[in-house]
Amino acid sequence: MNITVCIKQVPDPNQPYKLSGTRLDREAVQPVLDPGDEFGVEAGLKLAEAHGGEVTVLSMGPAKAMEAMRRALSMGAHKGILVSDEALAGADAQATAQVLAAAIKRNPFDLVIAGTESADGSTGAVPAMIAELLGVPQATFAKQLEVKEGTLTIHRQTQEGYDVVECALPAVLTVTSGVNEPRYPTFKGIMQAKNKPVEQLSAADLGLSVAASQQVAAVNPAPARGQGEIFEDDGTGAARIADFLKNAKVI
Amino acid sequence: MNSYENEARRSAPLVGERGERRTRGGRNLVGFPAVSTPTRNRADALDFLGVDALLSEEERMIRDTVRRFVRERVLPDAGGWFERGEFPRELVPELGKLGLLGMHIDGYGCAGASAVAYGLACMELEAGDTGVRSFVSVQGSLAMYSILRWGSEEHKREWLPPMAAGERIGCFGLTEPDSGSDPGSMRTTAKTSGGDWILDGTKMWITNGGIADVAVVWARAEDGIRGFLVPAGTPGFSARDIHGKMSLRASVTSELVFDGCRVPRDMMLPEARGLRGPLCCLDEARYGIAWGAAGAGRACYEAALAYAKERTQFGKPIASFQLTQRKLVEMLLATNRAALLALHVGRMKDEGRLAPEQVSLAKLANVRDALEVARSARSVLGANGISLEYPVIRHMNNLESVFTYEGTNEIHTLIIGQAITGLSAFQ
Repeated sequence: MNITVCIKQVPDPNQPYKLSGTRLDREAVQPVLDPGDEFGVEAGLKLAEAHGGEVTVLSMGPAKAMEAMRRALSMGAHKGILVSDEALAGADAQATAQVLAAAIKRNPFDLVIAGTESADGSTGAVPAMIAELLGVPQATFAKQLEVKEGTLTIHRQTQEGYDVVECALPAVLTVTSGVNEPRYPTFKGIMQAKNKPVEQLSAADLGLSVAASQQVAAVNPAPARGQGEIFEDDGTGAARIADFLKNAKVI
Repeated sequence: MNSYENEARRSAPLVGERGERRTRGGRNLVGFPAVSTPTRNRADALDFLGVDALLSEEERMIRDTVRRFVRERVLPDAGGWFERGEFPRELVPELGKLGLLGMHIDGYGCAGASAVAYGLACMELEAGDTGVRSFVSVQGSLAMYSILRWGSEEHKREWLPPMAAGERIGCFGLTEPDSGSDPGSMRTTAKTSGGDWILDGTKMWITNGGIADVAVVWARAEDGIRGFLVPAGTPGFSARDIHGKMSLRASVTSELVFDGCRVPRDMMLPEARGLRGPLCCLDEARYGIAWGAAGAGRACYEAALAYAKERTQFGKPIASFQLTQRKLVEMLLATNRAALLALHVGRMKDEGRLAPEQVSLAKLANVRDALEVARSARSVLGANGISLEYPVIRHMNNLESVFTYEGTNEIHTLIIGQAITGLSAFQ
């Protein structure tokens, strides 16, 4: 099985973010491999271990994203592709998907795995766009997955429980944080990571000239939660709470 | 070198898709620093001298991996293990999987990492708990290293791979009830009998003793001190765990008794003869301890700093009082010096130019400083300083063991004294 796992280097989501205009200031906060991507890497490694084949990690980002790539390689991925190009700075979801799809298409693939959304941009749109551009089905929000005889079966997480979704390979798969428990990189893996092949490509290498079609007009903090309503319980408290919940359409 | 506490304070709960919390093994998942590069020219309270920048990317990745392992698998339970006097045996295969056991040994299933990488791992482990670091030191630097250095090819092939994987546990029997700093006075004997060896004697304060699958035992033979591999269950060999310890409580410490214990001839380590056999293994372990103590000290400093900034008395944080600031700064001096010293001897070791007396200096200085830091941190935390809710009293008590084992403070002083004067005060 040829598996490509899309990964992203993001500012450590556990530290307060800083803005530079309407964009994240990526210099201000320590960059890390998106914690959500570790589940994708783990899913790819598990499938390759069970079915044979190779895991390629794919990322688009500045040269510094090589560190996140090496983290994924130290977990056990076999090789990497890093698309790095000044012209791609500020790419939106569609431009990103075009680049990643073009990079994936260069080689035969059975499965493309991604997290459900990045910890920084959080659009959650890129995997679906990749599937569209590649012309393959997508199976998303997997909290459990199985590949058998060219068919991918997942439990797709929903509000109420899960749906069982099936599709033929090749396909695009997104995994939630419930899908597995990512392994720690081993010391041997860490020491081997720097010798694993990482192909570095520019947009031109992919025959692309893409530009963001969306611009972020403004960034505003989420409104602070307003004051709650305080009832003095004069014996009608329960009824008033029920009315309140009814008005809020909770019950 | 960022702290656990600092990261814990900064971290907002990570929320995954549809609002569920991202967890690993039921614990919060915290971002993995791809690399920790300083981004500004201002001293960081947690890595004041920027020691981080002296590490290679690979060294930082190994350090970050152990740090994360400690944060997720050691720190949440360390207080409980200490209170219950319980060694977390379930961690052993995980330590093996990461590559922590015999990690600076090349081949035989070991990671083959550098001395600096091994040291960084010891530092992070001991910032978690000295008991866990002690397990790794005894398994890797004492038991496995003895077999690597002095064992036959068969010994190495049989024992090192399962020990590296954490499937087999080793211990190292040198100290006796009446023979501590003066190992040459050991009374355990090895006599030949019908092609076998017969071991008689008692070993004391043996880390991992009661859980070991194999003991490396040093005994007096006709031609000098010899080392033997004695598998658990060998008739005449028994281990009794020592209870009532107020230190190193998350660690098994045992007495080993050999009563007419018969071991086949080929279980003797062929290449070791004389005290140099065990002593060169001790040098390996002491090296790791110099790093480990720096980790324990750092953990205490970070706990004290965080506490002092949050604890309010007389209407302001106690960190704003001059007496507290002085304590914090003294701790900072000691912990940064310790990290630099550990890294310096680590680089020397990787270059193959580290002398035993230099290891003594690093062990003596870093353990003594860490103990001072722990005691000072204990006072900053006030009454909370004696509670296992905080890591400080645990480190403080553990460091009392580290102060004494693997060469007491006094013996290391005399080793250095002999090195600079050419005069031995103890031989």
